[in-house]
Amino acid sequence: MCLGIPGQITAITDEAREMAMAEVSGVQREVSLAPVADRPLGELVGQWTLIHVGFAMAIIDEDEAARTLEALRDLGEAQETLDAMAEGQKALEGTQ
Amino acid sequence: MALRDSHVTMAHGGGGRAMRDLIDEVFTSRFQPPGMEDQARLMDDALRQPGARLAFTTDGFVVSPLTFPGGDIGKLSVCGTINDLVVGGAQPLWLSAGFIIEEGTEIAVLRRIVDSMTCAASAAGVRIVTGDTKVVERGAADGVFITSSGIGVIPPGLELSASKIQVGDAIIVNGPLGDHGAVIMASRREFALETPLVSDCAALDKVMAAALQAAPDLHAARDSTRGGLASALNELAIDAGLGMLLNETDVPLRPEVRGLCEILGLDPLYLANEGRLVLFVPAHKAEAARAAIAALPEGEGAAIIGHVVDAHPGQVRMQSGFGGTRIVDMLIGDQLPRIC
Amino acid sequence: MKHVTEFRDPALAKGLLAEIARLCEQIGARREKPVQIMEICGGHTHAIFRFGLDKLVHQGIEFIHGPGCPVCVLPMSRVDECIEIAERPGVIFTTFGDAMRVPGTRGSLMQAKARGADIRMVYSPLDALEIARRNLEREIVFFGLGFETTTPSTAFAIQAAAREGVKNFSVFCNHITVPEPIRALLSDPHMSLNGFIGPGHVSMVIGTHPYDFIAQEFRKPIVVAGFEPIDLLQSVAMVLRQVAEGRAEVENQYARVVPEHGNPASLAAIADVYARRPSFEWRGLGEIDASGLRIRPAYAAFDAEEKFGVGYGATVARHVPEPEGCACGAVMTGRIKPTACPQYGLGCTPETPLGALMVSSEGACAAYWQYGGARGAAA
Repeated sequence: MCLGIPGQITAITDEAREMAMAEVSGVQREVSLAPVADRPLGELVGQWTLIHVGFAMAIIDEDEAARTLEALRDLGEAQETLDAMAEGQKALEGTQ
Repeated sequence: MALRDSHVTMAHGGGGRAMRDLIDEVFTSRFQPPGMEDQARLMDDALRQPGARLAFTTDGFVVSPLTFPGGDIGKLSVCGTINDLVVGGAQPLWLSAGFIIEEGTEIAVLRRIVDSMTCAASAAGVRIVTGDTKVVERGAADGVFITSSGIGVIPPGLELSASKIQVGDAIIVNGPLGDHGAVIMASRREFALETPLVSDCAALDKVMAAALQAAPDLHAARDSTRGGLASALNELAIDAGLGMLLNETDVPLRPEVRGLCEILGLDPLYLANEGRLVLFVPAHKAEAARAAIAALPEGEGAAIIGHVVDAHPGQVRMQSGFGGTRIVDMLIGDQLPRIC
Repeated sequence: MKHVTEFRDPALAKGLLAEIARLCEQIGARREKPVQIMEICGGHTHAIFRFGLDKLVHQGIEFIHGPGCPVCVLPMSRVDECIEIAERPGVIFTTFGDAMRVPGTRGSLMQAKARGADIRMVYSPLDALEIARRNLEREIVFFGLGFETTTPSTAFAIQAAAREGVKNFSVFCNHITVPEPIRALLSDPHMSLNGFIGPGHVSMVIGTHPYDFIAQEFRKPIVVAGFEPIDLLQSVAMVLRQVAEGRAEVENQYARVVPEHGNPASLAAIADVYARRPSFEWRGLGEIDASGLRIRPAYAAFDAEEKFGVGYGATVARHVPEPEGCACGAVMTGRIKPTACPQYGLGCTPETPLGALMVSSEGACAAYWQYGGARGAAA
C-alpha cells in the first residue's frame, strides 16, 4: 500500500497554504508542501518529490538515486565479466 | 424559431406543441431522416448482393460528464454503434437514436450533442434515420441518456468470429490504450487531476476497412470499450478456447495515461476505450495489417501486442518487460483507485 | 517517468538476479528449504506480482506477504461503523477507493452507497476538506485509513481545518502503525522468517530507527526498500547478504527517498494530532498493543468518534469474529501459503471474499488469484 510516485514541483500556487502544482508524467495535480516546507517554498520549484495522497511527502535525493543506479550498473558489469570468465572456462574445458 | 426555452421542461415531453418544436428544431432539422413517418423505410444497393447479410446492433450510452475533452455523449453514441457493426465486418448504414432527457437540461447542450452526432455519422457515411425523445423529471436521469441501434450490411463471404481465432494469430490494437477512461477519471472533480489527454472516441470504419484490405483473411475483431482491453481479450479467449500472451513492452500507452495510473493505482489495461479495436490476424499478414492501420489518423500508434497460444486456454497472460509473467484477469466490478 | 523508468530497467535486473542466485547457493537455500523473506508492505506485494518477481528470483527465495495492506487488516466492525456514520442524515462520507469493497457484516461501503448513503471517493484528505468548505450545510467525514505514510496527510488536513475554523469536517481515524504488528509477528514462536523487506514509504515518514528492535532484539535482517522491481531485487540481495554473513542490521536501499530520521514536519504533525490507543484490532491478527492511533482531545471537534459516538472505543464489545475456516492469520504470519487455505478459491474468491487477504489486490490471496496463476488448485 502507501502508493507514492515521483512528481516534479512546477509552481507554487498558494504560498500561505503551502500549495504547489506537481507534475507526474504530464498529469498535473495541486499538492500540499507541508511535509517539505522547512525551507523557502520557491526553492522547491523544479525539485522531484514523492507524491502521496496529495502531499509532497519527501524530496527525492537525486545524488542518492544516481549512486544507487551507478552501483547497480557496476554490479551488472561485474556479472558480465563473471559470465564471460565462466564461458571462457567452459570453452577451455571443452578443448581439453 | 419556435423554440424559446433555454432548458428542457416537462412540457417538451408532453406530446404537444412544445415537444414538436423541440424535435423539429433540435433533432430532425439536423438528422434529416428520410420522410417523416413513424418508421424509416430503407434500401441500399449493398443489400442486393446475393449472400449479403444484415448486421443489427443496439447499445445504451451514459457518461458523466456529458461533454469531455475529445467528445461528448453524442459522438460516443454514434461511434460506439458504428464500431459494434464494423467489428463484425459490416458496412454501417443506418442508425437510430433514442434520447432520455432529464428535465432542466440546457437546450444548447442538446444542440451540441446532436451536432456532434450528425458530424460523426456523416464522416462515416452513416445516416440517423429514426429516433425518439422522452423527458423525465429532474433526478430521474443524469442529463441525457442515448440508446442507439445500428444496421449494416456484411458483404458476401466475410465471416469474422471468435471461433475463427487460431493459435499463432497476431493481436493488433489500433493505438494507445486507456485514453478515454483516463479522460473520464481525470474529469471527476474529486480527484482534481489535470491532463492534456483527449478521449480516443472515434468511428473505426476506416480502420477496419484498411485492415480487411491488407489482411482479407483476418479472423476476428472486437471493439475494446468499458472494462478495457483486458476485458475484451478475456471474453475472446474464453469464446475461442485459446490462450493469449501479451508483451507488456509492446502495449502502447501514452505517458499521461501511465502517469494517471501511477497516481491513482490503476491498471491501464482496464481503462475504457471508445475508439480502439483489437484484431486477430494470421501472423504472416500481421505487419501489413498493422502498417495499413497505422497510416490512418484513427490508427496512429497501432501495434502488435501479442499472439494467440494453445497454452492456458481461456486465459490472458502478459509478459512483463522484466521477463516475469502474470495473469491479466477479467475485471471484478469497477476498477477503483488504490491509494492509501 | 523519471525516478521510475530507471528502476524498471531489465538490464539492471540481470546482475541482481545472478547475485541473488549466487547468495542462495552459498546459503544453501533451495525450493524445499527456502529463505523466507517477508515484504511487510502491500505495495511491495503488489509490485512482486505485477512484475512477476516471485518467478524470476532463485527458487531458494520464498516471499511471505506481510500485514502491510491497511484494507486487508481492517476488521469488519470498522467497516460497519463507517456505514453507520455514512447513513446518518446530512453526512457526506469520503474515503480512498481502496476501502469501497471491503466487506463488513452489513456489506461494503459500495453497497451502502447503492442503498442511498452519500459516499464519495477522494484522492486526498485535502479533497475531503474542500468538499466541506463547499458544502457548509453538510457534515463531511473522512475515513482516515492507512499506515504512517498516510497518517501525516490526515493530520495536516485536521490542522488546516482547525486553523481555518472549518466546523463541518471530521475524521474517522483508523490509522495504524507498522512496527507493532511486526513485533507481534516476531514474538510468535511459530515464526520462521529469515528477514524482512521494510516499507519504503512508511519509512520516509518515520525513518529507519523504529526497526532497530528487529535487528537488535530478534536478530533478523531488515532492508527498507523502494517500490520498483529493481529496488525490490536489490533489497532481496541485501537481505541475503546479511543472512550469508550472519549479520542482522537495519539497512536502507531506498536512501533516495528515506532519510534516516524520517520527515520532521510529518512526525511533528503526527505527534500534535494523534495519541496511541492502548490496543487496536487487526483483521486476521487480533488485538495488538499500541498499534492504532486516535485523535487527541485538543482536536476533538474533528474526531468523528466524538461527533457521532461511533468507533473503536464505543463499540469494541461488538467485535465480529472472523468467518469460519478463514486462515488469513496463518497466511499473514507465513505459516501457510494462500493456496493451502481450505477456503481459497472455494468459499473465498475476489468476487465474494471471505477473508481480508482476498479483498485487495495487495492482499496475498487476491494477488495469488489475480496475478499468480495459482487458481489451478481451486479449479
